[in-house]
Amino acid sequence: MAKQVTAQTIRTAKEQSLQNARRRRIENVSSALRRDKLAIVSIVLLLVIIVVSLLAPLLPLHPNANDVANMLSGPTKEHILGTDELGRDYLARVIYGGRVSLLVGFLAMLASCFIGILVGTVAGFMGGIVDAVLMRIVDVLSSIPWLILVTVVSLFLSRGIRSIILVIGLFTWMSTARLVRAETLSIKERDFIQYAKFNGVSTWKNIFFHVIPSALPTIIIVATTSMADAIMTESALSFLGLGLVPPNSSWGSLLQRAQSHLSSSIHMAIVPGVLIIITVFAFNKLGNLLRIYVEPRISDGEKG
Amino acid sequence: MAKYILKRILIAIPLIFVISILCFMLMRACPYDAVDAMIKPGMSQDAIALMRAKYGYDRPAAVQYFAWLGSILSGRMGYSIVSKQSIALDLATRIPNTLKLMLPSYLTAYVLAIVLGLIAGSHKGRRADKIIDGLASVGIATPTFWVSMLMMYVFSYRLHVFLSVGMHTVGMEGDFGDFLRHFLMPYIVLIIAFTPDLVRYVRSSTITQYSEDYVMVQRAFGAKKSEIMFHHVLKNVLLPVLTKLGMALPMLITGAIITETIFSWPGVGPYFVTAVSGLDYPVVMMILLLSSTLVVLGNLLADILCCLTDPRIKDMG
Repeated sequence: MAKQVTAQTIRTAKEQSLQNARRRRIENVSSALRRDKLAIVSIVLLLVIIVVSLLAPLLPLHPNANDVANMLSGPTKEHILGTDELGRDYLARVIYGGRVSLLVGFLAMLASCFIGILVGTVAGFMGGIVDAVLMRIVDVLSSIPWLILVTVVSLFLSRGIRSIILVIGLFTWMSTARLVRAETLSIKERDFIQYAKFNGVSTWKNIFFHVIPSALPTIIIVATTSMADAIMTESALSFLGLGLVPPNSSWGSLLQRAQSHLSSSIHMAIVPGVLIIITVFAFNKLGNLLRIYVEPRISDGEKG
Repeated sequence: MAKYILKRILIAIPLIFVISILCFMLMRACPYDAVDAMIKPGMSQDAIALMRAKYGYDRPAAVQYFAWLGSILSGRMGYSIVSKQSIALDLATRIPNTLKLMLPSYLTAYVLAIVLGLIAGSHKGRRADKIIDGLASVGIATPTFWVSMLMMYVFSYRLHVFLSVGMHTVGMEGDFGDFLRHFLMPYIVLIIAFTPDLVRYVRSSTITQYSEDYVMVQRAFGAKKSEIMFHHVLKNVLLPVLTKLGMALPMLITGAIITETIFSWPGVGPYFVTAVSGLDYPVVMMILLLSSTLVVLGNLLADILCCLTDPRIKDMG
């Protein structure tokens, strides 16, 4: 009887402390938000950008329709952001460009995280020669400046959305792999994994059912920041003319085309640029907030 | 310590070796090589085969690789497929131009970042910190080419104070004022590009130092703020920041590809971009090899600097 009571007390005490920990995490995040108004604004704007991009086909906008009478016009009632050199509505171009930028960023992030998580967990969990070989590959690939690596590889592929996603995904996973490996090394030592290993659970099962779920918080943080990086990379490549091919356009390729109309229509350069800044800024802030939630001891900034 | 440095060097050598093999394999994977570039229409198959033999393309890949490596080590980097110019000569004129732009801007950014980072870190959470950290976060999210475009618009098209193409106006090569009018825009853009990252690094290591016990002890003994800052914190912050200089080595060559291209600065950047869009494989691979070697050397340098400045590390090596 007495034993049961103690067990129950311990359980409630445990639940209580878990609840306390969660409350403290949420408090940390909300206090960080209260101190950082810019983060709130940018994340709200990011949500607006994502919603508008998703709903774009439902809006009365035609990114490829020409209005030959109004080419390169400034902002008017019909065309809120004016038109481009082919008389296409610039607002529609920007919204559809955002769809491409976000899509490329998202899929490239998925590809890069997939490879990074796979390499990181396998290297960390298996150790030994597998670890050594995989990590040397990471060393070699991260020795090549990213812009050069990505451009060189894009030489071998035909241009288009698919290959740009492939290129960014295939060659930006190295930092993810390093982080996930470090995380795996510490998870591997925990009792439940040792127990599973002892009971003969296979390596792959262990990785998928134990290591990856335990590393999930880190993975989500990494994914958020690598989404920001992927969007930046895509816009830089498209700006250099190594990215998308017309009529597809992203914010980066809109900026590339705006370069030739700088003196007449500067707004064509400002709008996509500001959207890139907001998006990348918001994803970075989001990653930071998630980190504050996951690692409560790092209250702010120190690792940010 | 010598043992630690030796170990680092022994790790770096095979890394460079593997990168060179990777470059060579990429070059062979190209659908088009130097001999194809020399073939003229109407040449017979025999003549083409003879030419391949003359340049050694009929030999096994491994032999070709070592011949290639040997010629690079003796300074012969081969020829561009497109312009038929010697790559070594081209690089010899372009690297100094890049350095002229990169050295001043990186050093300015570096000094600026140390000052701003120290101010922000020592005033954590206060207004100065909020402004500096906020600007740095926005700076990280800003594409450099966008800043370049806006600067070009404002200073070149509207105010006509700076010139946006090249390094000199034709016929005014020796004029320093003319050089400055070309130089200042890419210089400022690069400072904006490099500073934010460095500021955050300096800021976070300053914050870490201020949370150490020795600062608390100093405070308890009633040391002045400036004393703590300049006698104790500064030294501990600067050491790791100094080692970051090594990592900047590759930046000197390839850190400004986009900015140089926008401003048509006659450096390595436009050379590389033209080579990429003209499918000039030998040039591309040579820049790839050069820049990755510099990354490895830069990391080595950073490790050595780190080891020289922080005696604790040699025990861990």
